[in-house]
Amino acid sequence: MFGQPTSPRFRAVLAGTLSAGLVFSAAACGDSGDDGDSASTDASASSIDCSPYTKFGDLKGKTVSVYTSIVTPEDKPQIDSYKPFEQCTGVTVKYEGDKSFETQVLVRAKAGNPPDIAFVPQPGLLKQLVATGKAVAAPPETEANVDKFWTKDWKSYGTVDGKFYAAPLGANVKSLVWYSPSEFKDSGYAIPTTLDELKALSDKMVADKKKPWCAGINSGDATGWPVTDWVEDFMLRLYGPETYDKWVNHQIPFNGPESTAAFDAVGAYLKNDQYVNGGLGDVKSIATTTFQDAGLPILDAQCEMHRQASFYAANWPQGTKVAEDGDVFAFYLPGKDASAKPVLGAGEFTLAFADRPEVKAFQTYLSSDTWANTKAKLSSGWVSANKGLDPNNLKNPIDQLSAKILLDPASQFRFDGSDQMPAAVGSDSFWKQATAWITGQDTKTTVDNIEKSWPK
Amino acid sequence: MFNTASTTPEKLLQMLAALLLFAAVMGVVLFFAGRIGGRKGDKWVGYLYLLPVVLLLLVGLVYPGLRTIYESFFDAAGKAFIGFDNYKTIFTDKDQLTVLRNTVIWVVITPFLATGIGLIYAILVDKSRFESFAKALIFLPMSISFVAASVIWKFMYEYRPDQANVKQIGLINQIIVWLGGKPIQLLIESPLNTLLLIIVMIWIQAGFAMTVLSAAIKAIPDDIVEAARLDGVNAWTMFKNITVPSVRPTIVVVLTTIGIGTLKVFDIVRTMTGGNFKTSVVANEFYSQTFRADNQGLGAALAVLLFILVIPVVAYNIRQVRQSEAR
Repeated sequence: MFGQPTSPRFRAVLAGTLSAGLVFSAAACGDSGDDGDSASTDASASSIDCSPYTKFGDLKGKTVSVYTSIVTPEDKPQIDSYKPFEQCTGVTVKYEGDKSFETQVLVRAKAGNPPDIAFVPQPGLLKQLVATGKAVAAPPETEANVDKFWTKDWKSYGTVDGKFYAAPLGANVKSLVWYSPSEFKDSGYAIPTTLDELKALSDKMVADKKKPWCAGINSGDATGWPVTDWVEDFMLRLYGPETYDKWVNHQIPFNGPESTAAFDAVGAYLKNDQYVNGGLGDVKSIATTTFQDAGLPILDAQCEMHRQASFYAANWPQGTKVAEDGDVFAFYLPGKDASAKPVLGAGEFTLAFADRPEVKAFQTYLSSDTWANTKAKLSSGWVSANKGLDPNNLKNPIDQLSAKILLDPASQFRFDGSDQMPAAVGSDSFWKQATAWITGQDTKTTVDNIEKSWPK
Repeated sequence: MFNTASTTPEKLLQMLAALLLFAAVMGVVLFFAGRIGGRKGDKWVGYLYLLPVVLLLLVGLVYPGLRTIYESFFDAAGKAFIGFDNYKTIFTDKDQLTVLRNTVIWVVITPFLATGIGLIYAILVDKSRFESFAKALIFLPMSISFVAASVIWKFMYEYRPDQANVKQIGLINQIIVWLGGKPIQLLIESPLNTLLLIIVMIWIQAGFAMTVLSAAIKAIPDDIVEAARLDGVNAWTMFKNITVPSVRPTIVVVLTTIGIGTLKVFDIVRTMTGGNFKTSVVANEFYSQTFRADNQGLGAALAVLLFILVIPVVAYNIRQVRQSEAR
């Protein structure tokens, strides 16, 4: 294949290597889901009212590309939920899920190759994307839907500099702890209603010679994010929503006493060799275990509890019964006392980079109660803060629990903090430093490094 | 029309237009080249042929290069001029120093080991009965992409705890367990993890070194080898005094080529650890600073640093190629 060094081929190698000092090519490792013939009978059976989409003109044969961070197995109900819209309008929706979405979407937007619609899971990233100048504001039809079906704070997450860009899509509740109901029943464990009870329960499990917790934070490019959720949950519990907001907006420093206390409170669980890492190893194994695998030891009775959001329901193997009387279920991560009900959650927003009629029509469909109810019938581990969503359409007990928590008037909902912080913190140093913290770095160095990285 | 295509037929149409444009440009160049006559004209024809390449290099390499150097003197948002602060960060910040340390480890170890293994392998299989089969074996990894190789090796290094009912799924840890040891979290312990990532690169590059060196060994004139044999040299003297001196220019070219590739290593680090656990290298850090931390200035400074590091190696590489051509 290769000749002597006198071959001109070497020159080509040289030319290539010279240029690559500045230019590089990133492999976009995306799983592209095809919406081909895998029509779910559920979706095609439910016919919807097509009239809202007729005013966008004849869209037959057009294509809308969607780029998201939602991959297997959560992508299937997404793709299936577009079927009624596709049947109405004749539009084909091309779905692409990518684990490296958070980085790649910026690369694509900056390079002038954005998708038609991106499902952006972070308000901070949304601001960055709008700042590239490639995003387009939401059409009036979509905005009308959002005004009708969502609360003001949800709309504000999709608004940048007073201009409304992105309608909320799904929502999830992060303050949940997964457990095995039968194991709890057999061992006589009660579901804790305060943080102190949670601690006491963990100690009791240790006394029973069990590993109470299992965790995993490996998530490709985004490794470290589950720790940030832990820290946010404890920040919200220890100091309340007002201080939480100040912390997120950097009105109090990241290396202040509040952060340190929140990190240490998490460390009492995650960096405690007696508590972790059930079925997975020692504390450090948290860093290499993927978040998808992290809760599975519960099924083998090697781990008792796993703190993860409602969407984790989709990660249990097929045949696992997710219910209060089933194999696994979740309880609300309690507040400091039983009366406080802080809830950490998140969601995605549909940001468009094109203003063709078919894109606008699809945005409008996604922001409607019709879509929310269609999706609800197809999914497990999915809820929306869409007020038009009929809770009866949620068949899954965990989704009903999430909806109950979201709709509870006593709940103090707060959006995931790292998702709102500037990218340099929220999707870089917070993740990286949290990962280093798990593998041995002390709390002070960790919070100092994050504070240092906050853009001035 | 060059940014509105969304459907496949439109894209095909664009492609056709681009190809026609290319043909038209080449047609114009050839037309003018044909009109220049005479002996002195040859020089001008040469310049004319170079023109499209120079133009493309200006647009695709020189401009972005200068622009990157310019941006490296600005802050994260690319707005305020901050002089050499980004470079100062690279050489003083603790995390960035780890990045530099790792890059040095990569560049010092990878080219020499990969070339050494390639050379020894090439000599061992030379003129043996299974030569082509043996060569194919070591060359195979070369045909796999870096990302695929990284995924394969990630499974090799996979860790499961030492606990009842838990089975190892990674080959290396399973071997450790068979030998009576305890499983190790291979990708977490620094600097061991960097060395384990380097193994992946060597696994890929040794085949390249072997193929090129094997061809060079075959080109050693038979009379020299025969003369040495008649003098009764042993295998070691043959290797030291005949083989290595004869293929020395090739060895240098292989070393520098792998060295350049190693300086830019990105895929392996990103796929296997994402730069966590103190394994980041300059190319990976430049990517994550630019696109994840949204720090364009520091990202650009890292790119410039990489560029500066690569230049002397490339220059040396080119000189060696020229020298071996001249012989």
